[in-house]
Amino acid sequence: MAIVRFADQKLFRNPWADFERMRRELDALFQGTGGEPGRRAGGTVFPALNISEDSGHIYVRAEIPGVPASEVDISIEGDTLAIRGERKTCTADEKHSYHRRELECGRFSRAVTLPTKVQVDKVEAKASNGIVTITLPKAEAVLPRQVKVNVG
Amino acid sequence: MTEKEMQIQQRQEVRQAGEPTKPEKQYVPAVDIFETAEAVNVLAEMPGVAKEGVEIELENETLTIRGVMAPCTCEGEAVLLQEFEPGHYLRKFTVAETIDQEKIQATMADGVLTLVLPKVAPAKPRRIEVRGI
Repeated sequence: MAIVRFADQKLFRNPWADFERMRRELDALFQGTGGEPGRRAGGTVFPALNISEDSGHIYVRAEIPGVPASEVDISIEGDTLAIRGERKTCTADEKHSYHRRELECGRFSRAVTLPTKVQVDKVEAKASNGIVTITLPKAEAVLPRQVKVNVG
Repeated sequence: MTEKEMQIQQRQEVRQAGEPTKPEKQYVPAVDIFETAEAVNVLAEMPGVAKEGVEIELENETLTIRGVMAPCTCEGEAVLLQEFEPGHYLRKFTVAETIDQEKIQATMADGVLTLVLPKVAPAKPRRIEVRGI
């Protein structure tokens, strides 16, 4: 849904407005490219997150394979969501001869600022197949509300 | 245990001669492979794949690990940040050791597949004693 704010609307017709719009669109086009498409900057801290929202909830999905659900520590402070834990998949047994070692292990912690206020006491987390889904209901104050038109 | 912060590993897409017909991504899962006296162990990282979606094949010394992702339940949501894209997983290995196909064991837990490929008995190191007459 496109949101049009008052500030975005032009009060008078600027002869250069179309050129400015083109420049803005070109800027937006070149911003954030480089590297893989779909990946945003700053996405190097484990775990990788996908964040999405619908009208009533924010969904945070974290890819944390190899960590049992009971060992993932999720906390909310104000409007900051923190995910911490430790991955122990590396068996520190040196008797094994490794052919390949690609899995990383160690501690991880990541914090994200939530876009809106949430109802902290109603946050739920569910883990399935190495992906932890955190469902955060939005606070009453930010929920969309219907305004009734009275016929007078 | 290491104290360093973990980093996201950039996942690589499968490069193959024939392109898949569906526009779904196929990734190369990261693996750990280690060998003990009795078996070859493979750990493969496949987040988003359920136990039912894993296919393992061993044919002519080629081990194929395939993971089909569980369908996403994120219909009707607006994306705010996307750092990982769901996809299927595919990786093939050539296993040099003779593997006892009947005794292959696979377990899937928290998105990590653990495969135990026991070696056929003759490949185990055996001490042969030399007896005097």
